Amino acid sequence: MTLPLFFFYMFSAIAIASAVMVISARNPVHAVLFLILVFVNAAGLFMLAGAEFLALILVVVYVGAVAVLFLFVVMMLDVDFASLRQGFLQYAPIGVVVGLVLLLELLLVAGSVMVAPETAGAAVLPIDGGIENTRALGQVLYTRYVFLFQGAGAVLLVAMIGAIVLTLRHKPNVKRQNPNVQVGRKVSETLEVVKVKSGQGL
Amino acid sequence: MGLGIGLGHYLTVAAILFTLGVFGIFINRKNVIVILMSVELILLAVNLNFVAFSAQLGDLQGQIFALLILTVAAAEAAIGLAILVIFYRNRGSIAVEDVNMMKG
Repeated sequence: MTLPLFFFYMFSAIAIASAVMVISARNPVHAVLFLILVFVNAAGLFMLAGAEFLALILVVVYVGAVAVLFLFVVMMLDVDFASLRQGFLQYAPIGVVVGLVLLLELLLVAGSVMVAPETAGAAVLPIDGGIENTRALGQVLYTRYVFLFQGAGAVLLVAMIGAIVLTLRHKPNVKRQNPNVQVGRKVSETLEVVKVKSGQGL
Repeated sequence: MGLGIGLGHYLTVAAILFTLGVFGIFINRKNVIVILMSVELILLAVNLNFVAFSAQLGDLQGQIFALLILTVAAAEAAIGLAILVIFYRNRGSIAVEDVNMMKG
């Protein structure tokens, strides 16, 4: 067994075992931590396939952002997770049936996949061994796929605004700044010069 | 790819991860958080397929597609969790069976 093959089996075994733990863990905090383990090992698999940039992005985006977001929500919500597991095995039989059929079909396809010989050399963006993966991605991402890149940015922007709009809550009894009123103030409305005779008050 | 690792290896791992994600949705019918995590597993399996084919065919396009899937998955997780937070705020629960407020 070659060293890459050993690492492939190690990464995939840990990833699959952790995925099992994600869906079966009693405590959702543990589930999130196992999800992180799945992503780290998947990053290892990406690395073995030569997709170094994607592997590191996976670690940065998923482990650094998405998993922490999950962890944050799980810890912030005071949910009685035990009651959510009441009917845990209620749907397991149908799940097993559907899962087995799906797995068999997928493995059948994966086992019989064959690349047509005509496609050899027909790659739109052939991978050049002389250029490192990140540079190669950057060279096409900002030129050929610039609109897709901008579209991905727009998706993220919409998601960010959506998440803020959804969760922002205006509490009553809290004074808030109103810039319109502040900027719209005029001297005549706020300031009055009064002649006061000496010796007398107002 | 080479070095003894073939396309079939990657497809098998991705198939197992995908199935585990689908199975997770079935057995955690009540817990939205775990359902969201299962969706992330499914998207990861799809990404694995894209990267494996990209490496096998020597085409960079697959990795660009995987990058875009990663973006959409991150946006989906953010929106899903935001909806979860306001749902919990309104109902005090995250059980899927309680999501029937729009029922007439």
